[in-house]
Amino acid sequence: MTTQAPPQPPHTAPEATAEGGRPRKQKPYQPNRLFWVLLAAPGMLWLAILFVVPFYAMLAIGEGKLDRQTESPVAVYNPFAWSSANLTNVWRDLFGSNAFALQDAWRTIWYVAVAALLSLVIAYPAAYFVARFAGRRKAIFLVLLIAPFWISYMMRMLAWIDLLQTDGYVNKVLSFVGLGNTDWLGGHWYTVVLGLVYGYIPYLILVLYAGLDRIDPSLIEAGRDLGLGRVRTFVRVTLPLSRQPILTGMLITVLPMLGDYYTNTLLSGARSTSMIGNLIEGQLSIPSAGQGAILSLLVLLVLLAPMIYYVVATNRSSQAAS
Amino acid sequence: MTSTALRESVATKAGTGRASPRLFRNPWRHPWFLEGFTWLYLVWSLVPIAIAVLFSFNNGKSQATYQGLSIRWYWGDKVNSIWYNPQLHAAIFQTLKLSAFTTVIAVPIGVAFALGINRWRGVASSSFNFIMILSFVVPELIFGVAMYFVFTQLPGFKGLGLGTLAEVLGLVTWNVSWPAIIVQARLVTIGKHYEEASADLGCTQWQTVRRVLLPLLVPAIFASAILVFSGVIDDFVIVDLLSSTAATQPMSVIIYSTQHGGNGGPALNALATVMLLMSFIVAGLGYAGYRLMTRGQRIDGQQALVTIAGGD
Repeated sequence: MTTQAPPQPPHTAPEATAEGGRPRKQKPYQPNRLFWVLLAAPGMLWLAILFVVPFYAMLAIGEGKLDRQTESPVAVYNPFAWSSANLTNVWRDLFGSNAFALQDAWRTIWYVAVAALLSLVIAYPAAYFVARFAGRRKAIFLVLLIAPFWISYMMRMLAWIDLLQTDGYVNKVLSFVGLGNTDWLGGHWYTVVLGLVYGYIPYLILVLYAGLDRIDPSLIEAGRDLGLGRVRTFVRVTLPLSRQPILTGMLITVLPMLGDYYTNTLLSGARSTSMIGNLIEGQLSIPSAGQGAILSLLVLLVLLAPMIYYVVATNRSSQAAS
Repeated sequence: MTSTALRESVATKAGTGRASPRLFRNPWRHPWFLEGFTWLYLVWSLVPIAIAVLFSFNNGKSQATYQGLSIRWYWGDKVNSIWYNPQLHAAIFQTLKLSAFTTVIAVPIGVAFALGINRWRGVASSSFNFIMILSFVVPELIFGVAMYFVFTQLPGFKGLGLGTLAEVLGLVTWNVSWPAIIVQARLVTIGKHYEEASADLGCTQWQTVRRVLLPLLVPAIFASAILVFSGVIDDFVIVDLLSSTAATQPMSVIIYSTQHGGNGGPALNALATVMLLMSFIVAGLGYAGYRLMTRGQRIDGQQALVTIAGGD
């Protein structure tokens, strides 16, 4: 059963059979490097063509020109012929006299900051409880905790669209206790932030749970045995040990939140709550697509440092494991 | 780090001499407050979904008030139920198609990549590993926009145009990091002893990979296939940007564009419920399969659950 037909790596069979006639008695185990290179080759090729090249294409369009006749952007692949027209336009949108893009950028930052902090404040205690105290009921808690992970983002947004209608259940409950009617979906920052928290918290909680569950309970017991109170054990032992999961979890929620354009389209749709993602997505199908490309690249530039931090941290932990 | 923090805190405790255990309070008492908070969180996170599922069985057209039980939005309504609205059931098949194609392409490539990169240590391998992990963290919108330009502007790809092929190519690139990361993690724990033993016994490298490493990797490969499949069901940004006509839009995009276009209604809830059911079936199969494959190993059900959800 277990040995049955695992997916075979493509494109390697001919080389491998050609290699079959190697001498049997090798003294130390000295694997042929070429074999591993060939095994990795399809993946490397794929990533080069469909991950590296697309970003170069984006750069070429961002630095490219506009065809006035067809009203479409023209990519320029030679770096020496790049024009800065799009860059200048984006710069003007960001820092010029009627800088609407800058507003969107600030709004994005503060929506994401509030949503991320709120997510952490909600997710950490829940993950901490399930990892440490759930005891024999851990399995059931875990299933409930992980369930939203399997529920699609659109379903989760749809659920709140239903509840937050003007004649929906949230308003019914609120007016029952005398808090009146709110037009939740009429373009409010709090609805968007709530949507972001609700949408991304499952990813955060899973990372936090996995990290907290790995903490050796004997360390915490030791802290308690040696006379630390509950709070101080948490602050001096558990919290330092959960620094890495918190950082990873924050990164894994903040990065997609920054590129989000659908949450606030669905839950507000108003220009006054639009984020940088809406700006990028809105510019794709119109002649100013080049500006969308520049904007995407600027966002990427800002996020490069945290992304590289994540990659380095992942590498370090996988090396520590070996 | 850990032990220092601990030692430090204990030292300050001992130094100040305030270490008087309060006997009247049980230090190991159950944290009722935390438990209550966790339950509140679970109610907040799951009850809206339950209500949304309930609305898919709504007898009226409203998304806000419940008007009795009915299955009209599944196959009763002649115009707008999943059964009769071609757009809605086409979306289900499009989602399944994209998930299947992406899994079948991404998993073998990712597994081979992980094997090669992990055992071949060099500058080129670590830079490609770096690129692979970068593809895991780059915001989906930015990647989607880059891919959008590839299929609308880049010579050679422009001819392919947007549509199912573009979606599959984009999704494979986006998801290939799952098998690559999970299999590498497993390879690290397997170590090199099995390979050395099989080489000593006269196996070629190819035989070693096929007869020794791949069987050991089956659970990891399976877990990553489940993650890719369910990830594609849930995916929105890439398919939204790379789909062309309504015929190539999977469920997530149909739900988004219909709701956004102001034509929302219980039929969308029904579609979302189908999506939910599909994800849960995949998760259930994934869990059962993973347990079966790892029986005899020291992996309990909770560990399996976290692995299937990609939490490791």
